[in-house]
Amino acid sequence: MNYWPLLGILLVVLGFALKFNPLLVVAGAAIVTGLLGGMDFLTVLSALGKGFNENRYVTIIYLVLPVIGLLERYGLQQRARTMIVKLRGATTGRLLVGYLAFRQVMAALGLIAVGGHAQMVRPLVAPMAEAAAEKTHGKLDDATVERVKAMSAATDNVGVFFGEDIFLAIASILLIQSSLSSFGIHLTPFQLSVWAIPSAICAFLIHGSRLLLLDRQLARSSSR
Amino acid sequence: MINLHWLYVLAGAMFAAFAIASARDSTNSKRLGNAAFWALLAASFWFGDFLGDIGNGVLVLGLVALAGAHLLGKGTKPSTTLEEREQLSKQFGNKLFLPALIIPFVAFVGTLLFNYTPLKDSGLIEPKSVTLVLLGVGVLIALVVCYAWLRPHIAAPIEEGRRLIDSIGWAVVLPQMLASLGAVFAAAGVGTTIGMMASAIIPSGSIFLAVVLYALGMVAFTMIMGNSFAAFPVMAAAIGIPILIQQDGGNPAVVGAVGMLAGFCGTLMTPMAANFNIVPAALLELKNQYGVIRAQIPTAIPMLIANILILYFGAFHLAR
Repeated sequence: MNYWPLLGILLVVLGFALKFNPLLVVAGAAIVTGLLGGMDFLTVLSALGKGFNENRYVTIIYLVLPVIGLLERYGLQQRARTMIVKLRGATTGRLLVGYLAFRQVMAALGLIAVGGHAQMVRPLVAPMAEAAAEKTHGKLDDATVERVKAMSAATDNVGVFFGEDIFLAIASILLIQSSLSSFGIHLTPFQLSVWAIPSAICAFLIHGSRLLLLDRQLARSSSR
Repeated sequence: MINLHWLYVLAGAMFAAFAIASARDSTNSKRLGNAAFWALLAASFWFGDFLGDIGNGVLVLGLVALAGAHLLGKGTKPSTTLEEREQLSKQFGNKLFLPALIIPFVAFVGTLLFNYTPLKDSGLIEPKSVTLVLLGVGVLIALVVCYAWLRPHIAAPIEEGRRLIDSIGWAVVLPQMLASLGAVFAAAGVGTTIGMMASAIIPSGSIFLAVVLYALGMVAFTMIMGNSFAAFPVMAAAIGIPILIQQDGGNPAVVGAVGMLAGFCGTLMTPMAANFNIVPAALLELKNQYGVIRAQIPTAIPMLIANILILYFGAFHLAR
């Protein structure tokens, strides 16, 4: 067994911790790992190139930026704020709990693209969450704005991660199915996806309580 | 049949336009670096399939060199000011939401139409690319609506898109880079080594401890690889299948499904899952690039405990 390639992992951890440029860290770690794993430089280079080319679909999401940017130019974020300010009883926590439920249900129906950081969180969810916090707690300091925005992004991730596996035809369910069937264990996607439901409920309760706690923390920091 | 390549042509055109707009932006002192970066990415989308693996590798090194040498900057070219935006938002009212909602709406209706009507068999869209193709269609419809209604300058979507992409910067290609790192890790045998190490430290006799190690293994390996898809086959082969299912008689559906979900707790805590954790921090202009991860850890850890309990009771008590 060759343990040397594991050094690549150490390089990644160190590189991220020392805040080197992540692209540099990743490329360096890939080359070192490959060479330690017994590949020559050209083999590593082609593995890197092949992986990059095959994964271009991850970057497709940025097609939404021209639309989002254009609408921001015409005041979309300001509009999102105005709407929340007018909405009675809206707090940051309640708003984000609503978005969490929406995101989980949509993902469970296989509607992953309804939501996401570029198309929903930046133009709508984050400005609304911020406006709700300002409305109930007055002018926010930088640290609080940062926390509200970060929680908006976190809510999107938690919602989609612990919703999507309830849908039958999602990549991760198919991966579980095929991994198990290569060991002679044959399951239907339905048998697997029902077992995503308990975790989905836990995620809603755990993250939802944190969001409601956020309201109380905001209240405490503004009364100081 | 509409497949990913159509979208790659579209994305290539967008990045090429970003490159040209960057090159002409005199407010950015590093404008040539930005132009070169987006031009390389446009080349990857347009010509990636013709460059060969080594050619793509060289292109990747070019992107890394530009980012590593800090050759990317940000322009200060004015968009509308905050006051103008307040004014415009009053003028256009709540209708401003409509174009923004076109994209998710098209995804919603399109997915339903595609999954539950004969459209699926019509061969119009390649089934595995449906979500992304619908995203592209939504963007195009929204652009047409914006042009017709708001009557912006013809290049305004490019200028505004470039403003946003510049705030993300090199992080745009980090998810793709991490995917290739995963491929190199796999080729160098990192996965099998970790699997061997994990199965070597399994204590005999305690099912609960074995469950904990399986879940923690999923989390740790997911954090290293940046996604649980790479971790699952390794941990399933090392612990999940031989120990939990075959030796201890656990329910395979629970071991599979909840094992994967334990891995998702790892995804919430690692910068290697850049598209979920690092890119949004840039997109929301957070000062701390790890701000999203910090917000997620207090959810991820209780979720991990919950998943371990679901796994243990579900696989060995309820559904045996």
